[in-house]
Amino acid sequence: MKKVEAFIRHEAFEPIRMELLSLGFPSLSIMEVKGSGRQKGITERYRGAELTNYLRPKVKIECVVASADVQTIIDTILKHARTGSIGDGKVFVLPVEEAYRIRTGESGEETLQAHPGAASEAERVA
Amino acid sequence: MTGPGRAPTLSAMNRLLRCALLAAAALLALPAAASADSLEAYNNGVLPDSVAINSLWVIVAGCLVMFMQAGFAFLEIGFSRGKNVGTIVAKILVNFSIAAIMYWAIGFAFAFGPGDLIGDTGFFLRDFGDPQETFAVMGLSNATIESKWFFQFVFCAVSLAIVWGTTLERIKFGVYVIYAVVFAGFIYPIASHWVFGGGWLQANVGMQDFAGSTAVHLIGATGGLAVLLLLGARRGKYGPDGKPRAIPGHSMPLFGLGILILWLGWYGFNAGSTLNAQDGRFPEILLVTQLAASAGVIAAIATAYWKTKAIDIGMAGNGAIGALVAITAPSGYVELWTAPIIGGVAGVIVPLAIYAIDKRLDDPVGALSAHGIAGVWGTLSCGLFTSPRLAQYNGFGDPDGGLIYSGSFAQLGYQALGIVVVFSFVFALSFATFYAIKKTYGLRVTAEEEEAGLDISEHGMYGYPEQFIPAPELIGFAEGPRGSRERQQPALTPKEATS
Repeated sequence: MKKVEAFIRHEAFEPIRMELLSLGFPSLSIMEVKGSGRQKGITERYRGAELTNYLRPKVKIECVVASADVQTIIDTILKHARTGSIGDGKVFVLPVEEAYRIRTGESGEETLQAHPGAASEAERVA
Repeated sequence: MTGPGRAPTLSAMNRLLRCALLAAAALLALPAAASADSLEAYNNGVLPDSVAINSLWVIVAGCLVMFMQAGFAFLEIGFSRGKNVGTIVAKILVNFSIAAIMYWAIGFAFAFGPGDLIGDTGFFLRDFGDPQETFAVMGLSNATIESKWFFQFVFCAVSLAIVWGTTLERIKFGVYVIYAVVFAGFIYPIASHWVFGGGWLQANVGMQDFAGSTAVHLIGATGGLAVLLLLGARRGKYGPDGKPRAIPGHSMPLFGLGILILWLGWYGFNAGSTLNAQDGRFPEILLVTQLAASAGVIAAIATAYWKTKAIDIGMAGNGAIGALVAITAPSGYVELWTAPIIGGVAGVIVPLAIYAIDKRLDDPVGALSAHGIAGVWGTLSCGLFTSPRLAQYNGFGDPDGGLIYSGSFAQLGYQALGIVVVFSFVFALSFATFYAIKKTYGLRVTAEEEEAGLDISEHGMYGYPEQFIPAPELIGFAEGPRGSRERQQPALTPKEATS
């Protein structure tokens, strides 16, 4: 089990979400975050004085998937989030020890997404 | 190349220009030719009571109409997302100011000077002789010409404000400025001259438009349609399948405040169009206005509930505005009992039109429906409901009244002709203006600027900074990144950062 954390531009979210849905990965969380990297700040001018804003808004996606599915998720994110300019964001992959579905108490990889093997199934259909 | 001969030529030209400007300023500084109604005031230091009373009412009503600018501002702010709110404040202030200067310089003369096609007297509000004779179409009232000018100018500003409802959240600020000059100087004055400035639609055809369902609201909405067709929808309004999506505005309370301010302003808009307090017509017109607006709200809520099974806050407001727009033309021509009918029908039409238009055209505030479609309905309703006594009192149109009194379609025909003429004229001129702007300066901000919001990209400041700047940076203690492999370059201006 792995957790994928991606920091992306707002406009990249929708195509990523659509593709993940079609591949059988409906379960994810997002957060609106502010952070800084190499992207330049924005200067706000307020009545003659300036205020430079280095922390720029991004969307953070968190998605836990079976280890076998990690590459599919990463490929999808890279495909849609890349514009080639500074500020496209980053993706991190973290290990996850265990997962439980609260409703039933089940645990394991099959609790993570639509159902186990959804990705390879979607690829077969396509 | 700066040859020796060039400098003198330039300075000579400068001198000439300076002389011309001085001469123009001197000309304007001379007192305007004394008008009949102000002559006595100049001589005795007092106005006749009737002039003072009527002028006072016209100015009070004009101030109510001016306050409608605040109504439009809050309505648009409420229906916009939080990143596009400050720009509306700037737009309203700038447009209102440009309209005043243009209407003073040429607009008023075009709109209310004598002439069938276009007025020709009263530029810079001077050299007009006796105003009661020159501006005969407003002769029913003896209010001073200055108060009448103010009242007509705030109408022009309302019409201009209506145009931009369709363009929110994606238009370049400069477009407001350029079109405001053309609109307040030419488009609105000429079209409104035909409808209620004594021009051919009013004097020769007999079109009735008491306070401007066509002359103010339809003109504004037509300009809005012209720019919308060239501007296109906001990003994300239509999905890949072409289906419209909701882009919810950020504040229904501010929207509601805008609606109530507009409603208040409408008492001046309609009841003030008597230009006269002493003939006693204005309280009746105010009542007509109130009844229509009330029926509009109720009908719009019912219609929205029937269609969507929700008590739609926005539609309640749009219904009020639609009904107020509809009752604007007939307010001085119809009896009390017709007002709830006219307003109620508008309240049904407006939500249905908004649902239909939204499938194809991205009109964030519903201006095309509330001002355009409702304006058409209101203008036509004169052809149905105008009472003979009021047609005769106002002296325009079929003296036998509208269809239900006269059994004749004559007045309805006049109204329809007027609508077609005004729509075609305004649409053609506006489309040409916006087309020229699109080809030279451009109408739309870039996709990145639209994403970042017009407040930061066009104005360099957020309407709601706390929502966009994290608190640590807002109080100024957050430093930019240091010690990374490449030293951070100087921060960009908003324009650079968002493009």
